[in-house]
Amino acid sequence: MSHFRTDIRQRADELVSIYPVRRSAMLPLLHLAQEQDGYLSDEGIAEVAALTGTTPADVRGTAAFYDMFHLEPVGKYVVGVCTNIACLLAGGEEMLEHASATLGCAVGATSSDGLFTLEESECLADCNIAPCVQVNARYVRTTTPEAFDALVDDLRNGRLDHDVPAHGTLIRVKRVGGLHAPRAEVAAQRAEAHAQREARAQGAK
Amino acid sequence: MATLSAPKIISSRAQFADSHTLERYLETGGYVALRKALTMLPEDVAAEVDAASLLGRGGAGFPAGRKWSMLRKSPVSYLVVNGDESEPATFKDHFLVERDPHQLVEGVVIAAYALQVTQAFIYLRGEFALGLERVQQAVNDAYEYGSLGSHILETNFSLDIVVHPGAGAYICGEETSLIEALEGKRGFPRIKPPFFPAVTGLYGEPTVVNNVETMSNLPWIVNHGGAAFAALGGGRSAGTRLFALAGRVNNPGVYEVEMVKNTFRDLIFDPAFGGGVVDGGEVKAIIPGGVSAPWFGPDLLDLPLGQDEVAEKGSMLGSGSIVVMDQTTCVVRAAWRITKFFSRESCGQCTPCREGSGWIERVMYRLEHGGGRLEDIDLLLDLCDNIAPGLTWPPQQTTICVLGPSIPSSVHSAIQMFRDDFVAHVEHGGCPHD
Repeated sequence: MSHFRTDIRQRADELVSIYPVRRSAMLPLLHLAQEQDGYLSDEGIAEVAALTGTTPADVRGTAAFYDMFHLEPVGKYVVGVCTNIACLLAGGEEMLEHASATLGCAVGATSSDGLFTLEESECLADCNIAPCVQVNARYVRTTTPEAFDALVDDLRNGRLDHDVPAHGTLIRVKRVGGLHAPRAEVAAQRAEAHAQREARAQGAK
Repeated sequence: MATLSAPKIISSRAQFADSHTLERYLETGGYVALRKALTMLPEDVAAEVDAASLLGRGGAGFPAGRKWSMLRKSPVSYLVVNGDESEPATFKDHFLVERDPHQLVEGVVIAAYALQVTQAFIYLRGEFALGLERVQQAVNDAYEYGSLGSHILETNFSLDIVVHPGAGAYICGEETSLIEALEGKRGFPRIKPPFFPAVTGLYGEPTVVNNVETMSNLPWIVNHGGAAFAALGGGRSAGTRLFALAGRVNNPGVYEVEMVKNTFRDLIFDPAFGGGVVDGGEVKAIIPGGVSAPWFGPDLLDLPLGQDEVAEKGSMLGSGSIVVMDQTTCVVRAAWRITKFFSRESCGQCTPCREGSGWIERVMYRLEHGGGRLEDIDLLLDLCDNIAPGLTWPPQQTTICVLGPSIPSSVHSAIQMFRDDFVAHVEHGGCPHD
C-alpha cells in the first residue's frame, strides 16, 4: 500500500526509472514526499527508502543534511529572508526582524495559524533585488516592509495561489519524453569497464 | 571608460521577455551550432573549445578544454552540469537558467557530443524553483524538437539529460560533493586524489563537471570558432564573462563584460553597468570574486577584470561576483556574517573547518555585538592561520575541500585593511554603526 497519492507515486516511479542507479532519485523523491505531506513524514521517508533501496534511517540521515528538507511539520508557506552579504548591505537583517513581527513568529518557528514558517536564508542568488525574500523557493521580490506586508496579506487571502504553489520544488517540473536509463545495459558496461581497469592494474604489476 | 564593443555571447537574448521559449530560441539562431557540431568529428569540436581557451566559469577557472582532455576513455562516462550556484552574491547562473535555458541545453548536447557521453545531468540548486521548471521545459521541448534524445537531428548521436534538483547546501557546488548529492547521499566532498572526477566521478566512472555559464558559451564558440572567442579578452582570460554586481551600487545586476578590457572601476561606475556607489558615496572595499575571495581596497579599482591580473594581487575572480562596500558599511559585521555563513555550511568532515568556522564566528559575534576584547583581533588571525597556514593566497589547505581555506579570507582581509575598525568595536563595546 503506497503512502504516496496515485499521481505522486507515478511521478516517483518515473523519477526512479530515469537514473542509472535508483538511489540517485533520493533528492527529487524527498521533494515529492514533501510536496504531498508538507514535510518529511515517517510514512513518506519509509516510501522513499523502499523506492531507493535504502533504509528509513539512511533516508533521514541524508535528508537532514539539506536545508530545504523539513523533518518536522512546517507552515504552508516557508518564508526565507536572506541576510547574507549582499542582502546585509541592503537591510536584510531589518527585513528579517520585520518579517518576524508581521508573521508573529520567531525565526525558525511557525505562526500559530500554521500558515507561515520563517527562516533566515543563506544567499538565494537574486542579489540585485535585495534584500531577497523567497516563499516556497519562489522569488517574491519584496524589498520594503510595506511590500512584504502586502505579500503576506495576499498569501493569507489566497490571491497568490498560482504564483506561489504549496512547497515542493518539483511541483511544476514534469519530464516529458526522454530516454530511460538502460540500467541493465549500464550495469553490464560498468562491469566491463571495471574488468578492463582490473586487467590494466594486473598488467601494470 | 568601459569597453562595450564586444559581442554579447551568452546574454544576447536578455532583451526578449520570452527568451526562455524554444520559439524565440529558434528565431535567434538556436540549435544552429549543434547542427554544425554534429557534422564535425567529436575531437574537432573539443579542439575548438580548447582553442577558445575557455576558462571554467564556476570559480576555480580551470581551462574547460583541459578538463575534457582528462576524461579517461571508458565504456561509461558522464557529463554533469553544475548549476548549484550558491557562492554568496553570485547570481549569473540564476540569470542563465531562467532566461536562456535552451542555450544551456544546446551547450550540454555539444559538450556531450564532443566527449561522446550519452548521459548528462543538469544539477540545479533546489531554490531555483522557476529555473528548474524552465530548464525541464527546455529539455522537454528539445526532445520534441529532436535536438535531444535518440538520434539527435537525424544523426547517430543520442543523449539523455536528467534535470536534478538540489535541496539547499552550499557545499554541493564543490564538484565531488555535487556528485555525492547526485548519487543520493549527503553532500560530503570526496577525499583527493583523484583531484578530478574525470578519473573517478559519478558511480565511480569518469565524469566531467562543468558550470552552467561554461556550457552556455559553447554554442557561440562552435558558431564562430574557438579563435574568435580567444581573440576577445586578453592573456589567459579569453572571451566575455558574466559579472554579478551587488552591494552598495546604484544598478546592481548581471553584466556581460569582455575580460581584461574593463576594470573594476568601469564595472562599478560606468552608467552602462553599476552606475556608481549609492548616494554618491565612495568605495570602502570590494569582494572581487565571491565571499571566498580576499578583499580589495579602492586602490585596486583600476585593475583589469582578468583571472591572472586579480590572482597577482592576491585574490580571485572566482565565481564572477563583485560586492561593493561603501563608507556606511560596517566591515566587522560584513566579515562576521560571511563567517556565519561558512560555519553554517561547513559539512563537518574536517576539524579545522568545522571547529574553526564556529570559533571565528563566535569571536566575530562578540566583537560586533559587545563583549569583544583587544586580544581577540590577534586570536582571530591565529585561528585563521590554523585553518590556512601562513594565510597565503592561494591558501594552504588543511581540509578535504576548499571551503575550509575560504573561511579566513574575509576576516583576514578585514583585519588587515581595517584594524582600526576592530579596535573601535572593542572600545565602543559593540558596533559603533548601531
